[in-house]
Amino acid sequence: MSQVDVFINQTAEWLRAAGPDSDIVVSSRLRLARNISGFPFLQKMSVPQQQEVVEKVKVATETCVGLKEAYYLRSTDLSELDRQFLVERHLISREHATEGGSKAVAITPDEVVSLMILEEDHLRLQTFQSGFSLGEAWKIIDVIDNELEAELDFSFNPNLGYLTACPTNVGTGLRASCMLHLPSLVLTKQVHKVLQALTKLNFAARGLYGEGTQATGNFFQFSNQITLGQREEEMIDNLERVIRQVIAHEKEARQFLRSKRKVKFEDQIWRAVGTLKSSRIISSSEATQLLSLVELGIDMDLVKSSLTQQEWSGLFLLIQPAHLQKINKKKLNSSERDICRADLIRERLKKITL
Amino acid sequence: MNCNVCGVNEATIHLTEIVNNQMVEIHLCDTCAQEKGTDFKTHFNLGDLLMGLSSLDQANASSEKRLAKVCPNCGMSYEEFGKSGRLGCSECYEAFAKMLLPLIQRVQRATHHLGKKPTKISRSVRTTYDLRLLQDRLRKSVDSEEFEKAAMLRDEIKRIEDRLKKGKKK
Repeated sequence: MSQVDVFINQTAEWLRAAGPDSDIVVSSRLRLARNISGFPFLQKMSVPQQQEVVEKVKVATETCVGLKEAYYLRSTDLSELDRQFLVERHLISREHATEGGSKAVAITPDEVVSLMILEEDHLRLQTFQSGFSLGEAWKIIDVIDNELEAELDFSFNPNLGYLTACPTNVGTGLRASCMLHLPSLVLTKQVHKVLQALTKLNFAARGLYGEGTQATGNFFQFSNQITLGQREEEMIDNLERVIRQVIAHEKEARQFLRSKRKVKFEDQIWRAVGTLKSSRIISSSEATQLLSLVELGIDMDLVKSSLTQQEWSGLFLLIQPAHLQKINKKKLNSSERDICRADLIRERLKKITL
Repeated sequence: MNCNVCGVNEATIHLTEIVNNQMVEIHLCDTCAQEKGTDFKTHFNLGDLLMGLSSLDQANASSEKRLAKVCPNCGMSYEEFGKSGRLGCSECYEAFAKMLLPLIQRVQRATHHLGKKPTKISRSVRTTYDLRLLQDRLRKSVDSEEFEKAAMLRDEIKRIEDRLKKGKKK
């Protein structure tokens, strides 16, 4: 059994579907990029230096209140499947999972905090909150950042702020993002207007798995692009304001679908339920897309489900490749996974009646 | 932000791809994204994009000389940075300041940090930082025509600057 298996039976913080506006804002995330002075950035680091940083940060996390309960996982302790599993839970990035060299990650048992060691920067500290809750996430990350800083010297320049490997992160090193579920804006073909407006204001929009390329299942991640020249609270506040508007648009679109497109809309949702309840082979992108529609149906009281919130939102994770292999306790190729996924979904959706 | 391909339309599609273990960010408008289809992976490179941004300001400078510039601390050349989009160490910011600052200005639309600072920093770093924060507040209060506040800030800045000058003379 691998150390990461402790997480499998719990719902990742970002999928808990609790907190403010959680029917639209799935989760809020903050990330801080930090580098330790006296060491070159990752690209110019020798292997012994990498190992030194991994151990140095381990010591620092032990004295840090916010991280002392955390699991400290070194890349050497993790199999490829374990790493993929952590990527699916958003606890590490794809780059961190696939690049070679010494690396580690510290994850708190509740999955609220994850500290990637030797990602693009020496440290990438992240906090997750369910729902629309960037302010809370900032309180948590600010405290842990201060605690870490007491143990480690961070590279800081009086003009440019925190120095990062890529100049696009310099300054605060802060990336604030929210994951939004916008099925109605997609169904009403309005979403591209929202994306266009956001980019004009220097925000970035990405798909479900941030670094991925496709917005699957109507999930979008919105984040700030600029990291310099504003206080952290200002950056967070700006993103919050924009997201509040997106929420309002999605709500309007939901109302529109319900009142003006009732039959067509219900048809789409019930067909999604039908497909999920009867398919024998299903890919993760098709499943996510259909689950997204059913979720909209549940949110709008069209579909009655006796699934608990955890059973429902957990599905979005359990159908991912590494999760499927973990719960089935064996390696599965892509076509085997598509069958297992369909089985799992049919089983869970017994609690939704047509 | 404008599309990386045509440079005219507003980019609405933002991709982050892994190419040869490097993270590459690409911003495209609808039209160019459709034209490029899926095979544009190989056409972009974050480093090139970043360097493209900085060279706009330095069209006259000899580009070979710039590329050959090396950071004395970690040995990274500006050309290497151009390939990866990642710097080698914190000193690179100093070594490549001439090229990097215009680039940062373009990408970040700002040149100065106003966010939090570590508590463990040298007094000179702290003073420089605090002074700049005051100057920023002064600028903002002038913009919003709060002249009383601006006068107070101006006096405070002067006090700190005088103290610094005295310190240097000693």
